[in-house]
Amino acid sequence: MTVNARTPLSSLKSRLAAACAAAALLVAAGGAQAADLNALIWCDHSDPALLQPFEAANNVKVNVKEFEGTGAGLAIVDQSQPGDWDVMVIDSIDVPRGVEKGLFEPLPEDKLPFADLFPEVKMDKSTIVDGKRYGITEKFGYNTIGFNKTKVDPADMESLASLTSDKYKGKVAIYDYYLPVIGMAALAIGKKTADLTEADLPALKAELLKMKANAKLVGEVTASQTALATGEVDILVGGGEWVTAGLAKENPALDFSIPKEGAVLWSQSLAMFKDSKNKDMALKFIQYILSPEGQARLATSSCYWGMPSNTKAALTDEQKKILRFDEQPGFLARAQAYPAPNADLDKKMQDMWTEMLQAQ
Amino acid sequence: MSVSGGNSRALPWALVTPALAWTLLFFVLPFIAMGFSSLTAHEGGGFTLANYSQFFTDPSYWRAMVNSLEVTATVTVISILLAYPFAWILAEQVPERWQRLALMLAVLPFWTSYVVRSYSWLLVLAQNGVINRALTGIGLIGEPLQLANTRFATVTGFVHFFVMLLTLTIFANLKQLSPSYRKAAADLGAGPVRTFLHVVLPLTLPGIMVGAFLTFVLCIGDYITPQILGGNNELLMPQLVMMQIGRRGDFPLASALSIILMAVVTIAYLACARWLKIERA
Repeated sequence: MTVNARTPLSSLKSRLAAACAAAALLVAAGGAQAADLNALIWCDHSDPALLQPFEAANNVKVNVKEFEGTGAGLAIVDQSQPGDWDVMVIDSIDVPRGVEKGLFEPLPEDKLPFADLFPEVKMDKSTIVDGKRYGITEKFGYNTIGFNKTKVDPADMESLASLTSDKYKGKVAIYDYYLPVIGMAALAIGKKTADLTEADLPALKAELLKMKANAKLVGEVTASQTALATGEVDILVGGGEWVTAGLAKENPALDFSIPKEGAVLWSQSLAMFKDSKNKDMALKFIQYILSPEGQARLATSSCYWGMPSNTKAALTDEQKKILRFDEQPGFLARAQAYPAPNADLDKKMQDMWTEMLQAQ
Repeated sequence: MSVSGGNSRALPWALVTPALAWTLLFFVLPFIAMGFSSLTAHEGGGFTLANYSQFFTDPSYWRAMVNSLEVTATVTVISILLAYPFAWILAEQVPERWQRLALMLAVLPFWTSYVVRSYSWLLVLAQNGVINRALTGIGLIGEPLQLANTRFATVTGFVHFFVMLLTLTIFANLKQLSPSYRKAAADLGAGPVRTFLHVVLPLTLPGIMVGAFLTFVLCIGDYITPQILGGNNELLMPQLVMMQIGRRGDFPLASALSIILMAVVTIAYLACARWLKIERA
């Protein structure tokens, strides 16, 4: 009877009240999330196999937001309120960009396993700013030559010159990220990646155009990985363990080489936000990711594999074999740093990359 | 009286206010913000026209616009040519009771994810894909053709999507067309071809133009299809815009490129609107 007696107005009022109550609950839930950990991450950190053990051990929910590219990540931070984010994954060479913006908190070196890291990947030049360390390398690898060893001569893959030879014309894909591939072009013409200047751009452009002339496609992560895995191409310029290791079980023919000219070392770091409301938990998260167990899970993430920066990572023998763990000292000795241009040179490099993409 | 007169004037405004507020909040204000951003230097933040001048002076930048226009025009024309007969068959040849089912089957691809559909095309067109295997299997070609990672692949992916859209707009237009027009044309001695060319086609032009304009707008602003199917062997405008954001976070240049893209869409709209107006008159 009561229901029948209700007027449209009273019905509207009750629905408004219900909506307000629901909104209040949502606000309350939003407030409760201050106890959670909010992480700006790359896709390898969203693997439940990585996050769940940490969440269970610390009774915390890790809220993740994936992004690609430092610019996109920093834009998310710009659009957020201070304190919205606790930790961030960032290209090691871009840690200073976050520090310049006043985003990051210095990390307590005594509470993190720096002594266990491969010395070559600590990246002190970029992770230490004004004597304070703002980032810790968690994963690394190589932008080098990924290939199908049943389709190409592995001996050819020991030289970057093969990438521009007629023998492999139309069999090549190029990873669509300008910095590492420009780094590889630099190695091919005998330049050190750390010493690149504007004067080197014409020679680099000529080398990139030669690579493009041999290439069937220039693809981002998924496209280039798919092209190599499906046999659309046999060689991936800029590929490495991050492409081949995750596919090793399904496609053991995929492999990578570190050519005689060298390879480009990529590395990703974890940083803590200065305005984090949950710094203790943020530090615990970084400690977990850098722990032997966390490192093994991160290295073999379902999104992409990569070398753990911690030498004590709890990888199985098979995983170590796939990642060529024992060969790392030799690889690292031949690897060169990711190009880290200043803003002006960075812009010119990206424009050069645009020209290469548009070249027919 | 004056009160009720005031109410009668206020009511239309009250009704339209939500739509106006929505447009203001989610289109006008962001557009103004983008306009300001496009006139700002990436480094330092001062006023500059450099973002616009880069587009007009750097051949690899305006080449992206040329590529976009070429691809969009090709897609629009092919889609119209395929969609019109398809819509006509649906509206005129399929029995009324089957039309709903036929239309549903026609738009079935809309139900799948756009990204999944694009990747599916990649597998179909790949070197080891269905088409190349079939062609080599029957001996038509010796070596696989490069179909994937080309402009052809991009156009194919787009056409697959937009034929459905155009079919819907043209079908709706054909269904609204009174049979008496055709009867009148026949009474006056016109044959089927003449009736189609001089009566049916002009009367269905609004449907074609609406579909063509939607195709143009959606196609020229699409990032996914060329990114997945084109193999980055050439850049289109949306890809160029995204490139500025990825690592460098150059929102001013991305804003300038977006506004230029919007200007082209506006010109297309004005051209279509004017043309449709003339037809309706």
